[in-house]
Amino acid sequence: MSRARWLVPALYIVFLMLPIYWLLAMSFKTTNEILGGFTLWPQRFTLENYRKIFTDPTWYLGYVNSLTYVVINTLLSVAVALPAAYAFSRYRFLGDKHLFFWLLSNRMAPPAVFALPFFQLYSAIGLFDTPIAVALAHCLFNVPLAVWILEGFMSAVPRELDEMAYVDGYPFWRFFLRIFVPAIAAGIGVAAFFCFMFSWVELLLAKTLTSVDAKPIAATMTRTASTSGYELGLLAAAGSLTIVPGAFVIYFVRNYIAKGFSLGRV
Amino acid sequence: MSAKPVNQRAWWLVLPVLLLVAFNAVIPLMTVVNYSVQETFGDNQFFFEGVKWYDEVVNSGRFRDALKRQLLFTGIILAIEVPLGVAIALAMPRRGAWASVCLVLMSMPLLIPWNVVGAMWNILALPDIGLLGWTLNKVGFDYNYTRQPLAAWLTLIAMDVWHWTSLVALLAYAGLSAIPDAYYQAAKIDGASPWAVLRHVQLPKLKHVLTIAVLLRFMDSFMIYTEPVVLTGGGPGNATTLLSIDLVKIALGQFDLGPAAAMSLIYFLIILLLSWVFYQVMTRGEEQA
Amino acid sequence: MARIRLEALRHSYLKQPARDADWALKNVDLQWQDGGAYALLGPSGCGKTTLLSIVSGLLRPTSGRVYFGEEDVTGQPPDRRNIAQVFQFPVVYDTMSVYDNLAFPLRNRGVPPAQVDARVREVAALLDLEAMLAQRAAGLTADGKQKISLGRGLARSDVNVIMFDEPLTVIDPHLKWRLRSKLKELHQRIGMTMIYVTHDQTEAMTFANEVVVMHEGAVVQVGTPVELFERPRHTFVGHFIGSPGMNVLPCEVDNGVPRFAGVPVPTANAATGTRAGARTEIGVRPEFVRFADEGVPVRVVRVADAGRHQVVETRHADTVIRVLLKEHETVPAEHAHLAFDAAFTRLYVDGWVAGETA
Repeated sequence: MSRARWLVPALYIVFLMLPIYWLLAMSFKTTNEILGGFTLWPQRFTLENYRKIFTDPTWYLGYVNSLTYVVINTLLSVAVALPAAYAFSRYRFLGDKHLFFWLLSNRMAPPAVFALPFFQLYSAIGLFDTPIAVALAHCLFNVPLAVWILEGFMSAVPRELDEMAYVDGYPFWRFFLRIFVPAIAAGIGVAAFFCFMFSWVELLLAKTLTSVDAKPIAATMTRTASTSGYELGLLAAAGSLTIVPGAFVIYFVRNYIAKGFSLGRV
Repeated sequence: MSAKPVNQRAWWLVLPVLLLVAFNAVIPLMTVVNYSVQETFGDNQFFFEGVKWYDEVVNSGRFRDALKRQLLFTGIILAIEVPLGVAIALAMPRRGAWASVCLVLMSMPLLIPWNVVGAMWNILALPDIGLLGWTLNKVGFDYNYTRQPLAAWLTLIAMDVWHWTSLVALLAYAGLSAIPDAYYQAAKIDGASPWAVLRHVQLPKLKHVLTIAVLLRFMDSFMIYTEPVVLTGGGPGNATTLLSIDLVKIALGQFDLGPAAAMSLIYFLIILLLSWVFYQVMTRGEEQA
Repeated sequence: MARIRLEALRHSYLKQPARDADWALKNVDLQWQDGGAYALLGPSGCGKTTLLSIVSGLLRPTSGRVYFGEEDVTGQPPDRRNIAQVFQFPVVYDTMSVYDNLAFPLRNRGVPPAQVDARVREVAALLDLEAMLAQRAAGLTADGKQKISLGRGLARSDVNVIMFDEPLTVIDPHLKWRLRSKLKELHQRIGMTMIYVTHDQTEAMTFANEVVVMHEGAVVQVGTPVELFERPRHTFVGHFIGSPGMNVLPCEVDNGVPRFAGVPVPTANAATGTRAGARTEIGVRPEFVRFADEGVPVRVVRVADAGRHQVVETRHADTVIRVLLKEHETVPAEHAHLAFDAAFTRLYVDGWVAGETA
């Protein structure tokens, strides 16, 4: 590979890392230093911002709440998507194509359109301000995505596998759990990854459906920005911490990233 | 593989998904449709008003301005992100440890909560104390995104490019990896130049992936809410008030149920329509694989 | 047009090959005459594709040299070696028409349009593609696309050798013979050197004048199809070629006489080169085994009817011996004796036929 070609991804990655570096740098500065003027790196390195977050429940509970609904949503989305994807992959049935497209069309729905109706709906059924509400609401986008991804991976598994299991006398659920699921393990990983990703980053609905008890970290951050008037260091620390789960997940699936983005279909 | 057998009992397998999604989709949409054709003066009393709200929204200068801004925004970022993402994917090593490192680092912006993305750029672009803002002003530009519409727009676009180009690059990279070596080998034997390889081997094989990438970026940029809200709040004034931001202001801010509902449906329909058009244009002439 | 010579080729895909198994090609010395039709035959992983890639220039060998005529081309890239290659699955430029596909290599080399046109039409006629010249290449069937791949190679007038890497892999079974015959016909018409890599012995034996059999990175035997069939030099060749393959019977050599189950078995080659501890075996094809009144005692286990002949599976202790009988010949009930045609029975020492060095 010629030297010049290296420059393109290298420059791009530097571009990507700059704002992240800046956020991290800010998180280790005191508010005084930040507001006092421009400094490239912390002159007086401090862990005060992080200490505040780890000791103040208003802050760390925000993370707990966020992670809670993300995990619930991921498990739920993948669990219901598995049998549905199997049905789409293996059978034809009345209305199957239309159902599939309708599912995908929900991915095109602007969350802004659903903000108010969701607020009313989830309040009406008494789930307002719970992680379950957010987890369920996110299903609107994540379930179609999970079905789409899983169906792609499942279609790559030959139907002979199913037939052999029936001939060998396996009841359906045993076949599904013991034989089929391991065969599409990569697909489940990819689907879970994308569900986690979209649920973790989405915030309009998460904010709309919660107020105090189930407040996600995003809400805490935005409230801090507007009410207590610019505790930038604290904000930066909170933001930096939100990058951690994402970095973790990427590290674990690093070998599958390229394959995952092909979604088994490309 | 033989054709799929017909089995109506498969509906049982699909039922949980159907219920879950329908609950979240159909009920709220019904509410929205409901509100869009009614007037309320509070106290839960509604009066049927027909297409009054639709009329009002479509003719409102405010809506049209928001729509124009949205179209401009989406157009610009598509024009930047798609070629840039493809270029990066083409320049990346196809195999090896460095490729892995590149992929991991490139994925990071995609997993950062959207409000943090907005906050990050907010802090970064602050004129006196942010890395970007301070540098720009030092170099001679008069830059302040909280007061200048142009600066706000440029920062917004830079933020979105930073945030989402990796998605296009990763998709394109996956597409390129799927091209069997034999194509490159045959091209070598045929004496093709790198340009010819790009034109005749790589880009055609990327068509499917690029369609997905363009559709995804189009849809998501059209619905964008959190990042611009945290970055500029829609300002200065309403310079960066895109469609979603305007809608939320009306719906959750003013609780103007009727107009909000009508706007919601029009918004949704615009996206569906434009997505369909995009899809048709991009898959025109493509045979069923 | 030139003679191709491979000298002491060794190749490993690893940077630091340590053991024998790390080498994809162990030591290959071959010579191919100009204008011949050759096949490289062997199971998956035997190194034939590696060898092909080295000849075409897509791969540089770890050591050894490749000569086209008198010229050492080892370091030269594919487009300077004047070779053409047809791959396992059809490689066509989807966005271009059949005409443009065929013209592509010519245009890349700066050939003037008039000449390009003449050449493309000539090649299209050869391959029965004339009717489809204006069509988009992507719309053709698999065998049509393979013809386009082939056509791109034929279009260039400077091609020394055409290489085929299992080209019939994705072709429908009932169309394979058509493409195969076309290739044979083409070779007879043009007389260009053609090297055909495959794991299918039928393809190899019907296409080639001379077959190179490979196994685990080494050339095991080079010969005409008849030679390979009647006089395999290695048990692998005997086993791999022919259906069913050669019978291999472990034996002892007693005073220069090979014995199986205590029965002396006369062989065409002398029992030389047997040292203590060597693995000695008798190889004889089912075609050359018959039932007799005396000889090796066996038990008849199974009879398979294969149309015009029958394959009888017999056993002596743990050893399976297959006998090929014609359709109507009677098969003994249970116990019988086998006799082997000495002219086609050979003794093998450590896999190699006794008396000839590896």
